[in-house]
Amino acid sequence: MAGRLLTGWGGTAPTRAHVLSPADGGAIADVLGGAPPRGVIPRGLGRSYGDAAQNAGGIVLDTTRLRDIHEFDPANGLVTADAGVSLDRLLAVLVPSGWFLPVVPGTRHVTLGGAIAADVHGKNHHRDGTFGRHVRSAVLEAPGGERIVLTPDGSPDELWATTGGMGLTGVVTRATIALTPIATSWIAETTRRTADLDETLEHMSAGDRHHQYTVAWIDCLARGRRFGRSVAMWGDHATVDELPARHRADPLARRDRRALASAPWLPSGLVRHETVAAFNELYFRRAPRSARRIVPLDRFFFPLDALDRWNRLYGRAGLLQYQVVVPFGREDTLRTALEVLNRSGAPALLAVLKRFGPEHGPLSFPMPGWTLAMDLPAGRPALAPVLDRLDELVAEAGGRVYLAKDSRLRPDLLPAMYPRLAAWRRVREALDPDGVMRSDLARRLPALIGRG
Amino acid sequence: MRDALGSVQSVLVLGATSDIAAATVRALVGRRARRVLLAARNPDQALALAEELRVLGADADVIAFDARATAAHEELARAAFDRLGDIDVVLVAFGTLGADVGLASDPAAIAAVLETNFVGAASAIVPIARRMVDQGHGTIVVLSSVAGERARKSNFVYGASKAGLDAFSQGLGDALAATGVTVTVVRPGFVHTKMTAGLRPAPLSTTPEAVAAAIVDGLARRSEIVWTPRLLRVVMSLLRHLPRALFRRLPV
Repeated sequence: MAGRLLTGWGGTAPTRAHVLSPADGGAIADVLGGAPPRGVIPRGLGRSYGDAAQNAGGIVLDTTRLRDIHEFDPANGLVTADAGVSLDRLLAVLVPSGWFLPVVPGTRHVTLGGAIAADVHGKNHHRDGTFGRHVRSAVLEAPGGERIVLTPDGSPDELWATTGGMGLTGVVTRATIALTPIATSWIAETTRRTADLDETLEHMSAGDRHHQYTVAWIDCLARGRRFGRSVAMWGDHATVDELPARHRADPLARRDRRALASAPWLPSGLVRHETVAAFNELYFRRAPRSARRIVPLDRFFFPLDALDRWNRLYGRAGLLQYQVVVPFGREDTLRTALEVLNRSGAPALLAVLKRFGPEHGPLSFPMPGWTLAMDLPAGRPALAPVLDRLDELVAEAGGRVYLAKDSRLRPDLLPAMYPRLAAWRRVREALDPDGVMRSDLARRLPALIGRG
Repeated sequence: MRDALGSVQSVLVLGATSDIAAATVRALVGRRARRVLLAARNPDQALALAEELRVLGADADVIAFDARATAAHEELARAAFDRLGDIDVVLVAFGTLGADVGLASDPAAIAAVLETNFVGAASAIVPIARRMVDQGHGTIVVLSSVAGERARKSNFVYGASKAGLDAFSQGLGDALAATGVTVTVVRPGFVHTKMTAGLRPAPLSTTPEAVAAAIVDGLARRSEIVWTPRLLRVVMSLLRHLPRALFRRLPV
């Protein structure tokens, strides 16, 4: 067993675990059966920001050797693949055949298993819900020793405890996903600059009805009458007719997938108030006041994938992402949260604002409301009380923090933020009676699984 | 577990009756530490602090610990992990100043300072560090001193003990590389505490609360060395390179 120091994408709170890379479900069942007291957690590509895929002193199952795409039927739009397959690889197979993943997060570099464990959402949540809603079946190696095929009709409780369950119900080894048909690999994108928060919220609310994908980049550092100014973006899969003539011959060809090689030449610690403010200003001014254009889907969905390992820009102390959702009707909390952050002087790079649709699993993050996500440098002790205060405001408003992003939530607020936590725990305890599945996240938030 | 901004959940304090230890553990509980074990030579003297921490919301307890009883240190580590489960931070804060221990002292007094500050600390830390390696994470915060940076004629025995502890801690930190366990060496200047009451404060003197704040800050930044006040880093790097002939003439 190889001991390895692991962190999430944020690079904070490294801990050491024994990392195993089993080749199939049988090997995983063996590991679960002989688990050490500090337990086991699966890990995909390590894109959770915090400690969800870390297990100090225990076993971390690297799932990336489970990498087969078993079945893809372009006729019915279903794909069955191993949990360790990345969305990047899936898209490389699906897009040329005229299919798209039903939900994609902000990066292609997550595994199928990770997308299920975090029940990821995308810019289409208001219409299409979370990733979990499109899972037709998932094979779970349950820590009790059983191999269970979870389906939405046959085992909804176990499936919905596993989607969003942060790997704590067992190890998903394979899943079947229902896909979205596309005619082109392009997005018809509408961009609009908004002057302030009121205008941002108004445009976001109006745009949801007409477009499949919506999101806004909000400038958290803008003050005064520019407070809350944003670049709002709406998108839909483009039809062949909408493409410029030169792209119509091969409408499903991918563009703009390349990433700038990892950036060791960039000085670390670039993220300071001055640089971030300058970047935000530039970003805002560069955006058209109002425009409609056709863009490659990778540029629309995964702009940050263009810079490999961009998390290095935050230097040795790393970064954290603060992502919350507050219910509709509590826009006051959204405003206060932005004001508190604005006043704190924390250099928040462009933050993301989006409207969510209905709620799904008991531990799934999305709920009807506004979600705000922002990256912040971690090496700033002064940030701790600020974010604790925001946690409190969000919980009071009936909102919550996203566990896949979290690395510092106030532990006492977890049950209030996830009111169906007790129900989730009952399902988990049935699947994992001996408490084999453990993670640093679960240790840091003891209410999650109720063990040390 | 430690979180991304350095807040921790469980703390073991060795030398809980020290003013710096009390201020630091208060600050950590003020953040979100919820399980605290206070080890002190005379645990009765730590009861009031434990009660205060309980009022702040922590589950706090006391345990007897004698730095010079090295044979009991393995058992102390075992008991501490039994009580606390995972230990996120151990704060090594005990020490004796031995202000009047020097040229005129008898050998036992010389040995007592070294045994407490250096031998006892090293002996107590190692079994804890080993268990932290098993749990895959942890931070060992060691109270060193600027006095260890260059031993002064006025308290060279204390200075030597801290120099030893400082070197031990840095070496230990390197030995623990990639284990998930880290060592933070804290080098305060003159701190106004019970230990230094009645002494003439050196320049750049500070308070236990300021040292505590610097430690909390160091945890958030994952610092390997914390100078408090920070200016001491510059001052000491100058003093370190001062020729002996000049250094011994300094009125310190």
